[in-house]
Amino acid sequence: MEMTGAQILVNYLEDEGVEHIWGYPGGAVLPIYDALDTDAKKVSHILVRHEQAAVHAADGYARSTGKPGVVLVTSGPGATNAVTGIATAYMDSIPLVCITGQVATSLIGLDAFQEIDTTGITRPIVKHNFLVKNVDDLAITLKKAFYLATTGRPGPVVVDIPKDVQTAKSNYAFPQEVEMRSYLPVTKGHSGQIKKAVEMMLSAKRPILYTGGGVILGDASAELTELTHKLGFPITQTLMGLGAFPASDKQSVGMLGMHGTYEANLSMHHSDLIIAIGARFDDRVTGNLEKFCPDAKIIHVDIDPASISKNVLVDIPIVGPVKQVVTEMLANLEKTKLKSDEKALAAWWAQIEEWRATECLRYDTMGAKIKPQAAVEAVWKATKGDAYVSSDVGQHQMFAAQYYPFDKPRRWLNSGGLGTMGFGLPAAMGAALAFPDEIIVCVTGEGSIQMNIQELSTCLQYGFAIKIICLNNGFLGMVRQWQEFFYERRYSMSYMESLPDFVKLAESYGHVGVRIDNPKTMTAQLDEVFSEKYKDRLVFVDIITDQQENVYPMIPAGAGLNEMILV
Amino acid sequence: MKHIISMLMENEAGALSRVSGLFSARGYNIHALTVAPTEDDSLSRLTLVTSGTAQEVEQIVKHLNRLVDVVKVLDLTEGSHIERELMLIKLSATGDLREEYKRLADIFRGDIIDVTTTTYTIQMVGQSKKLDAFIDALDSGLILETVRSGTVGVLRGEKCLHV
Ligand SMILES: Cc1ncc(C[n+]2csc(CCOP(=O)(O)OP(=O)(O)O)c2C)c(N)n1
Repeated sequence: MEMTGAQILVNYLEDEGVEHIWGYPGGAVLPIYDALDTDAKKVSHILVRHEQAAVHAADGYARSTGKPGVVLVTSGPGATNAVTGIATAYMDSIPLVCITGQVATSLIGLDAFQEIDTTGITRPIVKHNFLVKNVDDLAITLKKAFYLATTGRPGPVVVDIPKDVQTAKSNYAFPQEVEMRSYLPVTKGHSGQIKKAVEMMLSAKRPILYTGGGVILGDASAELTELTHKLGFPITQTLMGLGAFPASDKQSVGMLGMHGTYEANLSMHHSDLIIAIGARFDDRVTGNLEKFCPDAKIIHVDIDPASISKNVLVDIPIVGPVKQVVTEMLANLEKTKLKSDEKALAAWWAQIEEWRATECLRYDTMGAKIKPQAAVEAVWKATKGDAYVSSDVGQHQMFAAQYYPFDKPRRWLNSGGLGTMGFGLPAAMGAALAFPDEIIVCVTGEGSIQMNIQELSTCLQYGFAIKIICLNNGFLGMVRQWQEFFYERRYSMSYMESLPDFVKLAESYGHVGVRIDNPKTMTAQLDEVFSEKYKDRLVFVDIITDQQENVYPMIPAGAGLNEMILV
Repeated sequence: MKHIISMLMENEAGALSRVSGLFSARGYNIHALTVAPTEDDSLSRLTLVTSGTAQEVEQIVKHLNRLVDVVKVLDLTEGSHIERELMLIKLSATGDLREEYKRLADIFRGDIIDVTTTTYTIQMVGQSKKLDAFIDALDSGLILETVRSGTVGVLRGEKCLHV
């Protein structure tokens, strides 16, 4: 059927099964917004208040559902505002398709009004990008964009569409298939390697599973859980991997890395075999590479060959989808006559229990000030540990990761790779749109929340009943912590002055505001926030916390995993 | 060690900057880079010379493979291969030097392809090492201009880089 490029886009999105677009209009996308008005039947558009938030919201939607997020922004400032969101998604391998308007092809290169080289600017932070110069190529380009974003190692894809391409006409039919000779994601791990890996696992004396966001992205939680139970090994998860294996399970030794648990980091350090699955040996996880796990052999399963042996050389690399590889590992375990070394494992667990007994996450519960840890624990209790929790970046993010144990995947939404302040609220909007009946929490700080506070308006318009838990310590706390430890307590620019009254601010946006400043009333107040009463309301909970609290344990930069500061 | 990495990529706008951007973003060296269309309109062939440890070069090849526009990548230096580079070098040539340059060019199997009363332009093809040696044999004060194409290469024998 003949239609304009803008109509092709809208019809394509409907045929692709896209339900929601997050966006913000402008000159270079007016034809598309018009087509949304005339042609959209199923797909809904959510109007954010800043393009960065559009991308984070689409990202939060993708993280919580596993479906690709879709963004629509205008050229120039619309595209540049989206850049931080795109980079955030890129660092965490989140599937997004970001449609950007562009000036007409005849104006490209002439410094036209609101012209920016969008494909040039985004090139290093996308899985791929396209500039569509001919309307006849539009549908197939969109097909490629979704295919690229969602297969292999997922990631954001930008499709830049000049205004004249949006108005030019072409015949549209939904492309059923796409083939790209230059892009052939691996669909199966090497069987020989998998077999060798299983043999190595069974002969290990001090093994540990180290798993990351790849398990969640690859929808392999069930398989991982089965494997972990079959093997009986301890498992540690990265900040990105939390929830892939239930935190409440005995075999879980918690998160590892800079603010990981004592038992997780020591188990890694003293292990003789690391089974890394969908994790990428990030510097926040490994600490000083020279001191990293001196006795360990390493098996590494990842969909992206470039992640393997990038930071740490591995003994058995397995390139493939986590789900398929782990399933084949399970089949191998079923078949093999080899047995794991029960005696060695028992000794290993005895050692780990000793480390666990240090209770590294203990904190002072007697003081007159609210401890941020206690606040997160209270939220965990009030939500029965079953909420979708987004976070911003800083101390509160680490407290959320440490004190809100996740038992399910896709519940924990946080910017682990880029560490983007301002991510939390819009990401929570993404989850709120996808799961209107679930509890959606955004754990944030008074610094971070102000980076996308304008989205309170979007939340009112669409009825996103998010519970914002602002751990208000009056400081850019994580910065303050580093200044305390490493810059002789010179708190340069980390104190947050002139803060708004968040309760009134929330109210002026049409929401509910609650202040909690007394540890004695905190539980009751939080229970009310999460009660039926506010089920359909956004509540901004401003919790005044101990200004001096730090995140422990901590591995200082340059130290090994066994060189933790405990308190 | 020096590596010659040769690849076929989609003949798309932006493909070259994806490759060069990868090198700058990840801090890899590029000593030379050359790219041109092939007999197949849809493909171009890019050859680059880089250096690094075996692990670094392996990582470079993996990252190149990850680029969506890159169809095939080959590290030519891993196998038996032929490499060539073209150089045009313009020399200040007067008096006795004119004879000497002619002899020298002959020894290196270069051709004098442009002559004025004061200059020679010599064309030379060979391995980069040979071109380096020729330059070393000249008085650097008399070199007016050097242009090199960057290395290209193929595998020896029947093996090919193709789609
Ligand atoms: C966009 C952005 N700018 C700067 C930083 C650096 N940074 C990391 S944590 C942090 C402090 C965050 O303060 P707040 O949101 O109040 O959280 P707290 O650490 O106090 O819990 C800063 C400035 C960042 N991560 N992101």
